[in-house]
Amino acid sequence: MFSDRIFGLVAALLALTYIVSASQIQTSFLTDPVGPKGFPILIGIVAAICALFMVFKPDPEPEWPVARTFGALAIAVAILIGYAFALRPLGFIVPTAITAGILSYQISPRWKQAIFAGVALSVGLFIVFKFALGLGLSPFPKDFLG
Amino acid sequence: MDLFTNLALGFSIALSPYTLMLAVVGCFLGTIIGALPGLGPSNGVAILIPLTFTLGLDATSALVLMTSVYYGAMYGGRISSILLNIPGDEPALMTTLDGYPMAKKGRAGDALVLSGVASFVGAFLATVGLMLLAPLLAQIAYQFGPAEYFALYLLAFCTLGGMASNNQAKAAIASCIGLGIAMIGVDNSSGLPRLTGGNLHLYDGVDFLVAIVGLFAIAEVFFFIESHGKNTTIGVKVDKVTIPWKDIYHTRWTMLRSTVVGFIAGVLPGAGASLGSFMAYMSEKSIAGKDGGFGTGVAKGIAAPEAGNNAAAGGALVPMLTLGVPGSGTTAVLLALLMTLNITPGPTLFTDRPEVVWGLIASLLIANFVLLLMNVPMVKIFVRVLQVPAWILLPGVTMVSFVGIYSLSGSWFDLILMVGFGVLGYILRKLDIPTVPVILGILLGGNMETSLRRAMVLSDGDWVFLFSTPIAIGLWIAAVAGFVAPMYFRSVLKKPQRVTD
Repeated sequence: MFSDRIFGLVAALLALTYIVSASQIQTSFLTDPVGPKGFPILIGIVAAICALFMVFKPDPEPEWPVARTFGALAIAVAILIGYAFALRPLGFIVPTAITAGILSYQISPRWKQAIFAGVALSVGLFIVFKFALGLGLSPFPKDFLG
Repeated sequence: MDLFTNLALGFSIALSPYTLMLAVVGCFLGTIIGALPGLGPSNGVAILIPLTFTLGLDATSALVLMTSVYYGAMYGGRISSILLNIPGDEPALMTTLDGYPMAKKGRAGDALVLSGVASFVGAFLATVGLMLLAPLLAQIAYQFGPAEYFALYLLAFCTLGGMASNNQAKAAIASCIGLGIAMIGVDNSSGLPRLTGGNLHLYDGVDFLVAIVGLFAIAEVFFFIESHGKNTTIGVKVDKVTIPWKDIYHTRWTMLRSTVVGFIAGVLPGAGASLGSFMAYMSEKSIAGKDGGFGTGVAKGIAAPEAGNNAAAGGALVPMLTLGVPGSGTTAVLLALLMTLNITPGPTLFTDRPEVVWGLIASLLIANFVLLLMNVPMVKIFVRVLQVPAWILLPGVTMVSFVGIYSLSGSWFDLILMVGFGVLGYILRKLDIPTVPVILGILLGGNMETSLRRAMVLSDGDWVFLFSTPIAIGLWIAAVAGFVAPMYFRSVLKKPQRVTD
């Protein structure tokens, strides 16, 4: 109930923002009957109507995980974002081993397995990507190799 | 006969050793992807697309490889359905209903072989159907103008939303999310940026591969973290594999009927393989009646959904190739592949690039025989794949996704966006909002807007033009019916829940 209502409200607000920003789109002097604004505004309106439907006719509440699981998910997201930033400056091997290890630990909390998964995945995938597929990955930070 | 010259052209491409090797590799990878729970066909194909680019394959080879993966995944999905009672992919859900009970009776080997044969019958006949129907539909598609295309895109969203979801508003909002994202970037006709918020990274728009991998693969990781991979214990052991000739002969009509039902469901834009297997199972169940024993592990209950599901997989390629409108989530991903290869699907594809179309069809025919060999005598190899634990599989999938997307653009922004789509996918799936319409929206949004604007230029802004031809009117009616009708049939068409021990 509440999840649908909250999602609907957020979606309706986003749809309104979308419509407003779509109406600000610059038009060029050469324009067709619909123009660059028409279709986005139409989508925004349909989305807003559907969002209101979700607010007023919500489905039963889904099974949300407990707060601790949410914490775990937040950690996973943070780790993945960190990985996205680390991939270029720090090379492939070290960030991949750490990220894969942490994700593995989160799925099945056993340290030995997680360390194994991290090291095996980072080294194994590096070999596959570099030598079988020929991707231009650098294994370690560039400065480190000189 | 055009058909035979075309097929000869196709086989001349498909039988080259290199293409043949790609088909075999694709089938093998596909079966593994299909068998692994948590790595479905759309998922698997999406992750592999960036990697095919780095291999530098030409269009035909890339397409052959990926469609073999697609067919393979459709075969492979049954393995975990039967042995673990976990569908390897969504269309294989119906196979759990009779497959798992049969395996528990100690006939796991029989169930695997029978479902493999049923898959072959469905997929092979559907490929023949594709061969016959696609050129015909391509002829009709020549008459499509912008107004018809606009109505057709709408039909795809409506039927997909109507069939795939339990709540129409949620399906429609998912389509709007996708379409809204597709609008971001530089407008094609005016050359001015739209809805970028001044962010330079967004001027090229949101790459659909980023969205697909995020929504499917990354979101799956979050689900496994939530459940701690508890669904991955091995269920039933396979002792020895023999061929149950009696069962195969006994279910011959079931397979043929289910193939027809599945193929039709697949051809409908937006309906897809899940609907194909569902309709095939339900129609066989009603034909067999109460004494049929459906749900207790009968042969027909395994043959029907597998033939239906694989026939639908072949059928879904028909609208994808001839009209550029995918019939299912995975064909949407295949459409993404075509678009990145700069191939425009549609009627002109058949005349301009016959080597692509017929090479693909010939490869699919060959792939079916390869898959039959892999899935019947060699099925035990794939059973072993199920033992890969989630704690190594899912991190592996994540890392492959990151490297794949990173190799496309080399930008951290796309990676962040991918994680964002992963979070979105998790929330949407929790709220029972389907994610496939989001993908379809991102893929088709640009074309849909272009056809609307072209239609309005032709008619000088007169909206009636959208309903001016019989084809367009027919498509509008089908769209409205496809969206509204499922509301009334929902109680009848309620999907049966998985059997629980």
